[in-house]
Amino acid sequence: MDFALSKEHQLLRQMYRDFAETEVKPLAQEVDEEERFPAETVEKMAKLGMLGIYFPKEYGGAGADVLSYVMAVEELSKVCGTTGVIVSAHTSLCCAPIFENGTEEQKKKYLPKLCKGEWIGAFGLTEPGAGTDAQGQQTTAVLDESGENWILNGSKIFITNAGFANVFVIFAVTGVVEKRGRKIKEISAFIVERTDKGFSVGKHEKKMGIRGSSTCELIMEDCVIPKDRLLGKQGKGFNIAMATLDGGRIGIAAQALGIGEGAVNEVIKYTQERVQFGKRISQFQNTQFQIADMHTRMQAAQFLVYSAADKKQKHVPYSMDAAMAKLFAAEAASDVTRRAVQLFGGYGYTREYPVERMMRDAKITEIYEGTSEVQRMVIAAGLGVK
Amino acid sequence: MKIYVCVKQVPDTSGKVAVNEDGTLNRASMDTITNPDDLNAMEAALQLKDATGCKVIAVSMGPPPAEGMLRQLIAMGADEAILISGREFGGSDTFATSQIIAAAINHVGLDEEDIVFCGRQAIDGDTAQVGPQIADKLEIPQVTYVADIKKDGKDVVVKRMLEDGYMTIKVKTPCLLTCIKELNTPRYMSVSGIMECYSKPLTILDFDALKDEPLIELDTIGLKGSPTNIYKSFTPPQKGVGVMLEGDGKETAEALAATLAAKHII
Amino acid sequence: MAFNNTDISAFKNVWVFCEQRQGVMMPTTFELISEGRKLADELGVELYGILLGDNVDGIAKQLGGYGADKVLVYNSPLLKEYTTDAYTKVISDAVEEFKPDIFLFGASNIGRDLAPRCAARLHTGLCADCTHLDVDLDGYIEYLRTGSSLDVEGMNFDSKLFDVKTNLKMTRPAFGGHLMATIVCPRFRPAMATVRPGVMKRRDFDAAKAESVEILHPEFKLDASDIKTEILEIVKASKKLVDLIGAEVIVSVGRGISKDVEKGIKLAEELAEVLGGVVGSSRACVDAGWITADHQVGQTGKTVHPKIYVALGISGAIQHKAGMQDSELIIAVNKNADAPIFEVADYGICGDLFKVTPLLIEAFKAEKAKKA
Repeated sequence: MDFALSKEHQLLRQMYRDFAETEVKPLAQEVDEEERFPAETVEKMAKLGMLGIYFPKEYGGAGADVLSYVMAVEELSKVCGTTGVIVSAHTSLCCAPIFENGTEEQKKKYLPKLCKGEWIGAFGLTEPGAGTDAQGQQTTAVLDESGENWILNGSKIFITNAGFANVFVIFAVTGVVEKRGRKIKEISAFIVERTDKGFSVGKHEKKMGIRGSSTCELIMEDCVIPKDRLLGKQGKGFNIAMATLDGGRIGIAAQALGIGEGAVNEVIKYTQERVQFGKRISQFQNTQFQIADMHTRMQAAQFLVYSAADKKQKHVPYSMDAAMAKLFAAEAASDVTRRAVQLFGGYGYTREYPVERMMRDAKITEIYEGTSEVQRMVIAAGLGVK
Repeated sequence: MKIYVCVKQVPDTSGKVAVNEDGTLNRASMDTITNPDDLNAMEAALQLKDATGCKVIAVSMGPPPAEGMLRQLIAMGADEAILISGREFGGSDTFATSQIIAAAINHVGLDEEDIVFCGRQAIDGDTAQVGPQIADKLEIPQVTYVADIKKDGKDVVVKRMLEDGYMTIKVKTPCLLTCIKELNTPRYMSVSGIMECYSKPLTILDFDALKDEPLIELDTIGLKGSPTNIYKSFTPPQKGVGVMLEGDGKETAEALAATLAAKHII
Repeated sequence: MAFNNTDISAFKNVWVFCEQRQGVMMPTTFELISEGRKLADELGVELYGILLGDNVDGIAKQLGGYGADKVLVYNSPLLKEYTTDAYTKVISDAVEEFKPDIFLFGASNIGRDLAPRCAARLHTGLCADCTHLDVDLDGYIEYLRTGSSLDVEGMNFDSKLFDVKTNLKMTRPAFGGHLMATIVCPRFRPAMATVRPGVMKRRDFDAAKAESVEILHPEFKLDASDIKTEILEIVKASKKLVDLIGAEVIVSVGRGISKDVEKGIKLAEELAEVLGGVVGSSRACVDAGWITADHQVGQTGKTVHPKIYVALGISGAIQHKAGMQDSELIIAVNKNADAPIFEVADYGICGDLFKVTPLLIEAFKAEKAKKA
């Protein structure tokens, strides 16, 4: 067991932090207030290899590992939760399922452009009537008469990166099968391109936090795609979705981790500047105890997140680890950012300081890619508790 | 074609600086960084590499931990690095340092089309002397305070900044250019660059490797041989404490203005 | 080596490189001549100016007015504009011929290009960007008494390496102004220094001395083939750069204006106008691209000593203080009561510059109106 970061990881951290402080932080408030997708930052990250961190070089990736990716999302999220989730959704929810399930042709076609940031990726599972409950899926895919094309119909909602993505991993019902006497929907995964006929991006959601991330509806009306866009085997879509979400949870856990750590940094700085009753407020024991608790919670979250990343890297089962990491990091981030606002007092409630934004951004990490309640279900099931 | 980029690891004087009781700098307590102007020099070299595919070699003189900085420069895009390191070289002033670095460049080889890049000056000494002195030792032309570079075969056309304007100068390779921060914005290390930086070549040149180089004069290197020596060092005195005025309102401003008027300062 | 510069006794007199651009003497030259006069008097030797250009005899006399005894003038079309190669050759040859003991250059972009190249060629030491020079030991000790944190009483100033009473002691800031170091060049001659512009005090101009200065035209060798660079174009800055060094009042802005950069700079301009001054800035504002580099005060910017220096929203990093703490009067406005700028301020106001500056503008206007 080695808790020390390698020399490469230390340099990566330094680079990510430098990049985040210089390129991302100055835009964070504007991105939030104007609900603006920071396309210029995405372009810069692409040049540095931050959009394909843990994929092999032969597919255009940077050839680093899962921890290197987690650290990137963490450092970005310390200063801007929006930028953190853009990288997380692109990497974990689009590049990863194609890398893990795609044919060689699919990988060669999509990964280099995704990893180099020429294309942005997104993931379409959630529907108005179906979130984590995959059996609620309404989107359908059927082969046309020639047997050469799939025709997709239906819509997806709350899709991160949607407005700017070029490639979407989409789930659809491809039939009904009998399993232990019950009729259940057969779900398959597909790669859909933004330019495919019959595909369109719908309404842009206005959100409480991560307001610069582009969250939209996807609409497929007789959307025709060639049959080689089927991702993985027909009928394996549910497994692909669940495995993808396991990985995605590590990314969101890293986002939560970063947001919480960012808030702690702000609090440490502010409480040493702010004077009340003739003392720096950092001199009050309440402040000290609060900061100690906040930092400890985030440190614990970091261990869970890094440990889950390490297991994914080593290809050992990590579903429970990812769920625990996300559950703990998300709740810690919400708690820590809320306390940060409190320590800032009135200023914390204003947009002059970033902690109110961090508090709004933190909340989503308890919700998307499986709510905290869903994480608890995964953990309990992993423990065999029925 | 090769480009040498001379870089220095320096204490980060922008943060907290600790001074020992004897007036020397407490280096152990300070972070070290790559000298900022040297990063502009590296970026200039990497842009030429992007355009021409030439080889970029980072060169530094310093103690063994300077390897860490050189690895970062490789992670930015340098092909290899040379660390000149030896007890005999320690304490060198600019004359001695430039002699040793020139000898190292000569040792590796300086060809027709090669260029040596330096930063304008290092933030620890702020001398701006090592660049021109390397050029003189290597007997190649120099241009300092470079804010723009265009290369066309053996001709390099550069913009050289002056306090009151600039000159456009044409110089033939091999030559030495010192770069200012207006020249460019240094790139970040890339993720793949970082993953590979520890497997790229880094050569350490010690005293034995360089002592027979024709440019080395054994009696003008290191602390003892340097032409200049430190006679005394000290910290500047703090000015006497002034007055903190009460409040930040209209009365305060008016009282200050009245005081200055009474003293005939305004 | 053809020329033995370890024979210290063979070297005599103080030289100043007199920088001219397009036939106009750079103002720093007069500061250096004034300082060189002091050193020459301490040593009891002559002060020489060395002036290179094309037909520059006409400006040589000015140097006498600030204290030069003699001026060596080198005229050639090849010296009309500054090139490193030509100037280094002519100057190095002159040094080998006349053997000066001390040689000063202004630390301008040209001086800092030329002096190190000459020092390398002449095989001698060079101290960069000096802010204080002494030959006289008592004068140096007196300088330390007031200008340093050292306890000079009982301190040993002797050295086995050199004669502490006749060697030039060159003092300069290092590590961003955190430390001062006094440098000597004991084994080789000349002892060379570049001197920071704006630091040395210019003497009053003496018209009689200007008339009596001796102008010499030594022979020299220079061929077009000695010059390896080609000047294609010289462009003077079209925008008038702010003259911080000559300003009597400077109102500087720092990171504190980040909330509303435009307004912050505008307030500084208004206050500067009321006080009859110009706007300066900290390095942070220049690095952030809020204001151009010619406004920068501090270690890497300009060293200033105006009559009034107003610091708005400047925390007072040591690099900044290094460039302004010798101002005659310092007023600082900062939100943070613990900001280091207050350590050097004569008057400090703890408050938001966006609130305080308009009040100061009004108050100063009112006082000025009373006097008018």
